[in-house]
This record gives sequence, C-alpha cells and structure tokens, in this order.
Amino acid sequence: MRFEFDNNTPIYIQLVEQLKICIISGKINPGERLSSIRDLALQAKVNPNTMQKALMELEELKLIYTERTNGKFVTKNHQLIDEYKKQYADDLSNQFFLSMESIGFDRSETIDYLKYLGGDK
Amino acid sequence: MELLKCVNVNKNFGDKPVLKDVNFTISSGKIIGLLGKNGTGKSTLIKIVNDLLTPTSGEILVNGKKVGVDSKKIISYLPERTYLDKAMTVDKVIEYFEDFYDNFDSNKARKLLLDLGLDTSQKLNKMSKGMQEKVQLVLVMSRKADLYILDEPLGGVDPATRDYILDTILTNFTEGASVIISTHLISDVERILDEVIFIDNGKIILQSDCDELRKKENSSIDEIFRRMFKC
Repeated sequence: MRFEFDNNTPIYIQLVEQLKICIISGKINPGERLSSIRDLALQAKVNPNTMQKALMELEELKLIYTERTNGKFVTKNHQLIDEYKKQYADDLSNQFFLSMESIGFDRSETIDYLKYLGGDK
Repeated sequence: MELLKCVNVNKNFGDKPVLKDVNFTISSGKIIGLLGKNGTGKSTLIKIVNDLLTPTSGEILVNGKKVGVDSKKIISYLPERTYLDKAMTVDKVIEYFEDFYDNFDSNKARKLLLDLGLDTSQKLNKMSKGMQEKVQLVLVMSRKADLYILDEPLGGVDPATRDYILDTILTNFTEGASVIISTHLISDVERILDEVIFIDNGKIILQSDCDELRKKENSSIDEIFRRMFKC
C-alpha cells in the first residue's frame, strides 16, 4: 500500500480515507487480516498512535473488526462494503457535477456530455 | 503516566532570562515536536532536562523523580553538536557506548550501520557530515530508553537523509517510550508527531495534539507556526 499525505488536514482522517478506498476497491479483501498497527504505521510512515486512531475509526464504521489475540480483519459483510462504495461514488460524482457546473454545464448537459464521451449518440 | 514534568522552570544566563516559567508534562508513548525559532531556548531546555545545566529555579521530574544519575540511564540524548572524538573509529565508538550504557544494544547498532553500508573500521572524521549524523542517530536509537531527546536531528542534512533519519526514529524507538524532537524544520517532521510544543522567547506558547490543531486551524503545523511567529 502506498500512502500520500497533505499536511493541512489531520493525518488520521486521511488514513481513514485511504484505507477505506483500499477496502471498497478490493485492494484489501473482505475477511483479510491487516498487518499489525506498528507495521502499518511504518508502511505509511506515520506515528503508530495516529494509525491506531485511524483503525479505531474504521472499526466504528464497522469496516474492520478485532479478533482478540488474533489481530484486525476487514469485514466480511459485502453488503456494507457495497454501501460505502456507493456512498463514495455518490460523493465523487457530486463533486464532478459541481466542477462542471462551475464552467456552465447543468446536470443533464453534463450527463449528455459524458454519454458523448462514452461514444453514445 | 507522566514521563517528564517541568514545573516552573526558569533559567537565566547572567541577568538574561532564557527560560521563563516553563511548565509542561509529557506522557509515555508519544512523539513530541519541540518547535521554536532559533535562539528561543529549545536547546537550553533540553540540556536542563538532561541534567547538563541546572535551572535557576524550578524542578524537572522524570518518572516522578528529580533528574540525576537515574534519569540519565533512561534518557537517550542526541545533542546538537557531537561530543565524540572524531579520531575514533565507529567500532571504537560502539565499544564506548557498550561500556557506558547498560541498555545499549550493540547488535542492533551494527545491523543498522550495516544497512547503511558503512564500514565500521572507518574513523568518524573520514566520513561526510550526513554520514556522521546518521551514525550518531543510530547510536542514540540503539539504546532501549524510556525517553529519546533529539536536538535538531535534521540540521544541515539533505532531504533524502532527513527521510532516513525520520524512518530510523519511527522504526527504532522502544514501544511505549516517548521521543522529543527539537527542530525548526517543521514540514519535514510533522507527519510523525503526536503533539507539538511551541516555544518562543523562553516561554511555552502552546502544547497541543497535532491532528486536533490541524482540524481546528484547517492548516498544517508548519503554516500555523509561520502565522504565529511572523517576523
């Protein structure tokens, strides 16, 4: 996994985002065991405490769970992962619509334009 | 657990106050940035914590006890300027550290130096400044300490070496120990810090969790620092 950070927002929030993307994109599989906090922190080159905070947040979102003594695992709940994926896709699409709006395309014009780009008449 | 506590610490050089009523507490398991402009008292504070200077008034407690022989055993200190005899070979320095510190792990030091591709029979004064800094850091991080205090570990080295130094700090501090890093190169270190302490003109201006501060101010620690201490 590669992580990139921007120092302007809390690092743990960026970690949550990036790990979330790994999970919804299937880069980390449902049910897969995560490396230890210390190893993950080293991979991301962040403080172990920050990584721990991010994992706690993901656990609250139910995207990962802890098996005592065994470590942390990605949820096996495919439905939940799909929900997060849809939510993420909605957010990204809305951002795109807003950007298009700023150059004068309304929603349906944007959709037509995308169809045109996709080769649809 | 309070690992380090400074209570009303003042330090004067002659009649010039250098530290003014410094109070702060550091708990275990944190990486703390001690940030301030040049000449604001960072190194003086660090020397006092290491019992190399005595405060004019006030008290420093490490694990609840006054600083002294016991605190030196559990604090691993990287000074701003080296105290090593540069005519010594790295092998000799490792022997020296083994002799001096019960908690020095020479195998770990040798392994880290091997990773650097360093020939340990070389004398310090035959190495580049960057390499000398790396050697010093490796020695300091190879002690199993409760508190690591690093005074300007990034000073005067190139960005690639800075990355090596930060990685070495992250990878090698004992679990549960704390690390204090003093620096003015904030953008380089901020991603690994838990907390920051801003010091200006001998006073502690701010102590805060890094991510809280970023959230509150919506900007990087570097930017907050620049705004606060605009010349």
